[in-house]
Amino acid sequence: MAKNPTPFLWTLFGAGGMVSALLFPIHIFLLGLAFPLGWLEGPDYESLHALVTHPATRLYLLVFISLPLFHWAHRFRYTVYDLFQLKQGTQVIAVVCYGAALIGTFAAAYTLWKLA
Amino acid sequence: MNDGVHDSADRPPMYRRPMPLWWWLQNGAYFRFVVRELTSVFVGFFVVLSILQVRALGQGAEGYAWFVERLGTPVFVVLNSVALIAVLYHAITWFNLTPTIAVIRIGEKRVPGWAIAGAHYVGCAVLSGVVAWILLRN
Repeated sequence: MAKNPTPFLWTLFGAGGMVSALLFPIHIFLLGLAFPLGWLEGPDYESLHALVTHPATRLYLLVFISLPLFHWAHRFRYTVYDLFQLKQGTQVIAVVCYGAALIGTFAAAYTLWKLA
Repeated sequence: MNDGVHDSADRPPMYRRPMPLWWWLQNGAYFRFVVRELTSVFVGFFVVLSILQVRALGQGAEGYAWFVERLGTPVFVVLNSVALIAVLYHAITWFNLTPTIAVIRIGEKRVPGWAIAGAHYVGCAVLSGVVAWILLRN
């Protein structure tokens, strides 16, 4: 990686912000509220399983999960700095935030890969 | 940073006006800024939920039904409702900022800001329609 990782991390932040702005509202509305509460009839187990195990959907979900994690990491990191007016220990928080995003990405990749 | 330390041999220590921890509650613009940044927490929440949902999908029809049933409990309904409001706020503030980030020119003319932001709203509506169509066709 280049000496200064900030532009790279900012690009991930921007891409994740775009993915979550474009796709999260409809996903949360349908999968988080409308289907569990029975407002709308969602796909049955077999068809949802067939949909998600399709390679294109697996790839879609990996992007859907990973980029927004880096968006969270970047924003949350600076919000913690600002809220608590931190001048020290900022590196630890940066490592924890981006580290969590990396772990989440691996967890998602593993889960999607293993899904049979 | 060397607060309270002489930043050069012959100058007095730098003065920093102390700020209370609730600085962001004192002013509407600061408050909206912090709320906007904190919407990312709900983005993180829904990401984790999505990973768990994929995992549940791998545990058979019964395991998956149990997961969806949990999503219908009050705790998750409240969390997902707040998350929905948060990501909508994120989307609106994000799209409205796009003209500031992307300056697009066609020939000599600069594409007006409303058109760039508007294109993102249209894109969001189209993508939402595609996702809804895929999940709702039975």
